Amino acid sequence: MTTTRERPATGSLVQQFEYGLDAPICLTWELTYACNLECAHCLSSSGRRDPRELTTEQCEAVIDELQRMQVFYVNIGGGEPTIRPDFWHLLQYAVDHQVGVKFSTNGVRITPERARFLASTDYVDVQISLDGATAEVNDHVRGPGSYNMALTALQNLADAGFRDAKISVVCTRHNIGQLDEFKALADRFGATLRLTRLRPSGRGAEVWDELHPLPEQQRDLYDWLMAHGEDVLTGDSFFHLAAFGEALPGLNLCGAGRVVCLIDPIGDVYACPFAIHDNFLAGNLLTDGGFRQVWQTSELFQELRSPQTGGACASCSFFDSCRGGCMAAKFFTGLPLDGPDPECVQGYGEAALAGDRVVPAPSQDHSRPNATRNQPVMLQLLTRPPVSACAESPLAGFDPEGCCS
Amino acid sequence: MMLDEPWALSPSVALRPEPFGALAYHFGNRRLTFLKRPELVAVVRALAKQPDVRSALANAGIPTSQHPAYVEALRGLAAADMIRPRVEEPR
Amino acid sequence: MTPTASTPLATATQAATDTAGEPLLAEDLIEEVSIDGMCGVY
Repeated sequence: MTTTRERPATGSLVQQFEYGLDAPICLTWELTYACNLECAHCLSSSGRRDPRELTTEQCEAVIDELQRMQVFYVNIGGGEPTIRPDFWHLLQYAVDHQVGVKFSTNGVRITPERARFLASTDYVDVQISLDGATAEVNDHVRGPGSYNMALTALQNLADAGFRDAKISVVCTRHNIGQLDEFKALADRFGATLRLTRLRPSGRGAEVWDELHPLPEQQRDLYDWLMAHGEDVLTGDSFFHLAAFGEALPGLNLCGAGRVVCLIDPIGDVYACPFAIHDNFLAGNLLTDGGFRQVWQTSELFQELRSPQTGGACASCSFFDSCRGGCMAAKFFTGLPLDGPDPECVQGYGEAALAGDRVVPAPSQDHSRPNATRNQPVMLQLLTRPPVSACAESPLAGFDPEGCCS
Repeated sequence: MMLDEPWALSPSVALRPEPFGALAYHFGNRRLTFLKRPELVAVVRALAKQPDVRSALANAGIPTSQHPAYVEALRGLAAADMIRPRVEEPR
Repeated sequence: MTPTASTPLATATQAATDTAGEPLLAEDLIEEVSIDGMCGVY
């Protein structure tokens, strides 16, 4: 049973946020698990539509509720949200009901005509996913042709006069050397670069050992962000790097269940889009009385808004900076939540990864059962089967090449 | 001097109450500012109805000694276009 | 007055702090947060 702390009357914003808010500040809403791509690291294991997907009317009801709760801004994603036939209708419905939208897309439906529509619509932001500054690096993870598709979308948006699209990059071992090129791409299209952290979530669990940045690359990334931070967004996803020294801009706290959450395509509410697993499932808005009810009263969220002691990390002198890192990163690498982040910059994560751990089996998988022509080379080359919770060896998932630099 | 000027919440701004104050979101420039004390929220809500900032502060019961801090906070809100000078109708 | 204090105790504590001679700073009153500045949104 958790004790409810009394919220202090004053104090920093971060202290206030740790108690949670009556409504999220903003949230991620995955509209569909269907996707035209099969990215190797997909955090939502997308590919196939789930037949229980919310209907148009149910989505409208969610938007109505977000409006009532005064959630001013939602990040719509998926899967690939634009392949829902009602996507453009829902987009318009949201902006007509005081809910601003940024949607994340691989660019598949951003034709010149759609780009012109978007350029003429207020309160809509577009985020194009890209994981390599070259087709070689990008397509290895996202599939053949995906780089061209993204750049075509960016060009269409620029041509239509759409201002300030976002290019969102997941930082990997293969693209950390391309940060300047990513910035140049953003500048070329009049877009803003966004760099985010790779989490071992969804299909990411299977490729994380090979794909996550090496310790020296994390340092390079930190230094680059400190030098270019003014022009580059991060979604506060590198707060674990605060232990290097000065914190990067942002709240530097885990927002899961406190100021952010995820609504998934079937109405399940999770603490965060990087934590799609039964352990982080707060409820379902269809069966648990609606989104507000789940956000304000679910047991999971009450727990997240109560004392977080820091466990093994609390004695580290950097704990105040990094707050023990990312819950999802720990969970999906089989590390205890009250111990170090797998990418702890002090090195405690590497030691933990080398010890006994069992990577959790996924709760769900929406991947396509058979490879399509879009399958990225990385998935084809994956010879190691996914580790399951039934693996007998205590060293299951341990990769001698991958975890120590 | 701001204290003697009429101000008001910008039309593109929404104020959402929070346990400790309010969240102010500007739909146009997408800036997000937290008002961390209920007293400040009261002042901001009262601005449009009061002839000047000084009256809004007095009306909300803000001690004079705190006026400089409140004015600085209001300047911060003005810099984000959360509040705007009110243009008075000619009589 | 906008009723945003969660409990009467919280309001009383607040008033005491403000009038206790502690200097009140603008940073105690407002704080800007980037819409992109919170972790857990993609």
